[in-house]
Formats: sequence, structure tokens, C-alpha cells
Amino acid sequence: MEGCGEMTPTARFLEVKDVRKAYGAIKAVDGVSFAVGPGEIVGVIGPNGSGKTTLFNSILGQIKPSSGNVDFCGEEITGMSPLQLSRRGVGRTFQTLQVFGKLSVRDNLIVAAQEFQGTMPARLLAPPDAGLGQHADEMIEFFGLRHVAQLPAGSLSYGQQKLIDIAMAFMPKPRLVLLDEPCAGVNPSLVDQLRALLIDLNKAQGGSFVVIEHNMDFIMKLCPHVICMVEGKVLAEGPPETVQANRQVLEAYLGN
Amino acid sequence: MNRTRTFGLVAALIAFAVLPNFLKSYGVYLMTLFCVYLMAIFGLNLTVGYAGQMSLGQAAFLGIGAYQAAIFLKLGWPIFIVLPVAGIVCFIVGLILGFPALRVQHHYLAFATLGFNILVYLVMRNEEKVTGGTFGIPGIPRPSLFGYSLDGALPFFYFTFLSVVVLALFLWWLLRSPWGRAFAALRDNPMRATSLGINITAYTLLAFAIGAACAGVGGVYYAALVQFIEPAPFHFSASLTMLLAVIVGGSGRFFGPVLGTIIVVLLPEWLRFMQNWYLAVFGFAVVALMIWLPGGLLSIPERLRWKGAAK
Ligand SMILES: Nc1ncnc2c1ncn2[C@@H]1O[C@H](COP(=O)(O)OP(=O)(O)OP(=O)(O)O)[C@@H](O)[C@H]1O
Ligand SMILES: [Mg+2]
Repeated sequence: MEGCGEMTPTARFLEVKDVRKAYGAIKAVDGVSFAVGPGEIVGVIGPNGSGKTTLFNSILGQIKPSSGNVDFCGEEITGMSPLQLSRRGVGRTFQTLQVFGKLSVRDNLIVAAQEFQGTMPARLLAPPDAGLGQHADEMIEFFGLRHVAQLPAGSLSYGQQKLIDIAMAFMPKPRLVLLDEPCAGVNPSLVDQLRALLIDLNKAQGGSFVVIEHNMDFIMKLCPHVICMVEGKVLAEGPPETVQANRQVLEAYLGN
Repeated sequence: MNRTRTFGLVAALIAFAVLPNFLKSYGVYLMTLFCVYLMAIFGLNLTVGYAGQMSLGQAAFLGIGAYQAAIFLKLGWPIFIVLPVAGIVCFIVGLILGFPALRVQHHYLAFATLGFNILVYLVMRNEEKVTGGTFGIPGIPRPSLFGYSLDGALPFFYFTFLSVVVLALFLWWLLRSPWGRAFAALRDNPMRATSLGINITAYTLLAFAIGAACAGVGGVYYAALVQFIEPAPFHFSASLTMLLAVIVGGSGRFFGPVLGTIIVVLLPEWLRFMQNWYLAVFGFAVVALMIWLPGGLLSIPERLRWKGAAK
């Protein structure tokens, strides 16, 4: 799925306007605004505790922002539940591993997409794989998980679970996916593969991605547009080379 | 399921069906009682083992089903009406009991469901006009089936046995459907589940409702089997026993309840020769099992395979 369907092309795809979230005295997110276009890949970087995950959680309904709003395809989605957002084609991965440990890898992928098909009673009567077996197998192939497809997801290595986690987010063919540190704990060669996979998925499914990552090489090669957050604010924004060369960004995050 | 397992299952079913012919009436009664509890425990395994919800109220549903059956069977209602009525009523009450689960988890939920069980128990004991209070309801007739009386111990056993097999087939189908997968997702990671469009509110309520309906149906057979009901068997301690059966058998394993029910319903009978010692032995066995086999009895084969692989 690409863009907002029958929406006018001028309508912004994802628009985050002056979002704030405070935890007591801590301003975790302090007035962040940015926009993401259809099919675009945006990177979010910044030091630990700069509010990146909190920003994701505020956009995705895991927490309610203290103020500000979020529009998706011209509709205000601020404060919507994760369930409502998923129905609108917004998916995510979490910073920590979130797989269904006792389900097999294949079932993890199927369950990630099955609820988007038909009604609940129809799903009860549907075939066991909900008609998604083939799609799941393709995804398993795509992520190189065939030899472990029947094993419980919880029994696999961290990196393998990370891949399952990401594959699950893409199973329902979302229009927008927010990925929180997809490379954390993944070995270097797999990081390159992961980047290639994301680019392929972006081409194949046409969705937009927002990616939080500390791996600068990964971000620079994947994202044409990068946002750097520091202490809850956007410090710099633009093409990766510009952000990387920004003096303030160098001081606050990248160092020399 | 592979061929050996299917063969083993069929053999076990045949053995179970033939066995009562060689037993005295008390043995047949026990085997029927086993089937009755198995229905409720199969249901509880769905709620607890597959959907990951805590419930200490299953005996209340068994009781609700049993009291309804007692009243309606005495009014002469046919079994094919009494059964669905009990199932539907317990389904609805189960839905309602599911609501606390949307707010609280684990031990808080255990206490919420326990409170529900106590409430139902008090109603059974105190609403004498309907329930007969502590005196209960005597003289419950056995139903008949297409004009064929189920009065005898054996015919009633076969009716109950067949019913539990049908119930198990239904649950097998349900748990293999996309719903079963959604239940497991709810159990393993509710936060991830909602972000993948899984309506955890609906599935939580359904997990309670379906589990409760199984117990309600079991209650009908219970009333018709013992033909006299009083509040005692529906005390919350019976809910604890049923939860124990789920855990001992292997929570979230399809055939776990079969082993679990053998342990909690039949084993105490076999240990009776020990008289006063039996409770202590039983308690010790359970403690030992929980320490060395937290996955339940059905996790033994997996463990052995694991050990073999580790060498
Ligand atoms: N639930 C919470 N309660 C209180 N403070 C919180 C909570 N969640 C986040 N914070 C605080 O908000 C700030 C931003 O945290 P956040 O997790 O968004 O950072 P981050 O940029 O994702 O960092 P990292 O790169 O380490 O993942 C931190 O100071 C953190 O301590
Ligand atoms: Mg973070």
C-alpha cells in the first residue's frame, strides 16, 4: 500500500506537530515537529535518553502526549490506541524484543497479519493459516529464517528474534512503520543484510519508515532524511551528510 | 499429529470405552466423574493455558451449569435444551467475569475470580427457594436420549464419554483456528498483540466465556450423574483443584487436562488406602512436581529429548 489511497496528493502523510511529553520534571519530548511523505524513509538519531522512544510511543498510542498532535493521512490520530492505529496501517517494532515466545516463527508471522483479514467470526471459520501461509513463507524466505520456521520464536537467538520482530511488523503490509533500533544486537554482516531488506521492502510494499538507530553507518546509507534529537528537541534535520556535519550534532552526539 | 500419536490416542480411547464393562458401579461412576471434570478442565486450560488468563472461578461455572440442569431436568426439559442453555448462560457470565481481566492481571485477577466464586457459592447456599440452600436439590432425573433412557450407569457413562470427546474435538478445532493463535499471542505478549491489530479486549473476554461455557456444560452432566447437588462441590477450593489439574498436566498443552484430571480426580481415590496419609502424600507429590517439572507432566517427553540433545 502506498500513500493515503484516494487522498489528495497535497495531503501530508504523517505530520507530527509540536508533540510534548513530560514525566514529572523531565521533558522527555519537548516540542517535536516533523513530517514524513509517502514511501519516504526518515532516520531519527540522538543520544541515550534524548526522547526518541518516547516520541514513537506518543505517535503510536502507547502513551498519551502531554500536548501537540499527530496527523496521519489528513486524519488526527493523536491519542488513538495502538489497535486503532494498526487498523489504519500503522505498524511498529519495539526497542526491546517483542515476539510471541511460545508460538512458532511461522505462527508469529501469521498472527501478525491475520487480524487484518475479515471479521472475527469469519476468522474462526477460516483455514488454520488464515490464508496467510504462503505470504508468511515468503517472508520467512526473505528474512532467511526457513530452517527455524517451525521452532518456538522464544527459543531462537537474539538476532534471529530481532529479524522475526521486524518481519512481523511488515506482514500486514503497513503504510507506515516505525522501527525502534532494528540493528541493536544484530551482527555487522546481518546489519548490511537488514538494510538491503528494508530497502527492498520499501520498494516492494511502498510503505514509509521512520527508523531510530544508533548505528550511524546504517542510518546514513538507509535514510535520505535524518532528524537528530537532543534532550527532547530536534537539534538538526536534513540529508544525512548535512546532519552528520552539523557542529552541534557533533558536539552533542557523534563526537569526533 | 503423527501416525504413532494418532494410533496411541485411538488405542487409549478404545481402552477407556471398554474398561467400564469390567468395573463395578463405583468404578463406572468415577470414570464418568472423570469425564465431567475433564470438560471443565479442558475449558480452564483454554482460559489459563492458551490465553494466559488467571482463573480461580471455574467451579462456580460448573455449579451454575449443575444447578440449572437440576432445576430444568426436574421440570422435564429435554437434555438437548438444557445443555445449550447451560452453555450459553455460562458463556455470558464468563464474558462478564472477563471484564476484571481487562484491568488486572495475575494474582489480582486470581483474587477477582476467587471473589466471584465465593459470591456464587453464597448464592447457592443462601437462596434456599431456588437452590435448596445447604440441603441442595435431590432427586434429579437422568435424561433420556431419543426416548432411550440413560438411567443405567453404563449408558450414562457412554453419553458423557462421547460428549467429552465431541467437546475436545471442538476445542482442538478452535485452538487450531486463527483464534487459537490470537489467544496465544494474547498470552505471550499482549502489548505486541495490540500493535498488530489483535483486539485483546475481545479475545480476553472470549477466553473466559468459552472456558466458562465448557464448565457449564460439564455441570449439566455432573447434576445428572450424581442426581443430588449441594453447594459444597462448587466451593472455590474445587476451582483451585481444577487449576492444579491444568498446571500439573501441562498448561497450554492440549492433552494436559487429561493427565491433570487423572491426577486430581482419580489419584486421590487410588490413594485412599493410605487413609489419613493420602492428603500429605498427594500434597508432597504436587510440590515435587512443581519444583522438578514446572512445565507439567506433558513436558516430560520434551525434557528427555532435550537431555538427549545436550549430550
Ligand atoms: N515511563 C517513564 N517514566 C519516567 N521517565 C521516563 C519514562 N520513559 C522515559 N522516561 C525518560 O524520558 C527520557 C527519554 O527517554 P527515551 O526512552 O525516549 O530515550 P531514547 O532517546 O529512546 O533513548 P535510548 O537511545 O537510550 O533508547 C529519559 O530521560 C527517560 O528517563
Ligand atoms: Mg529508545
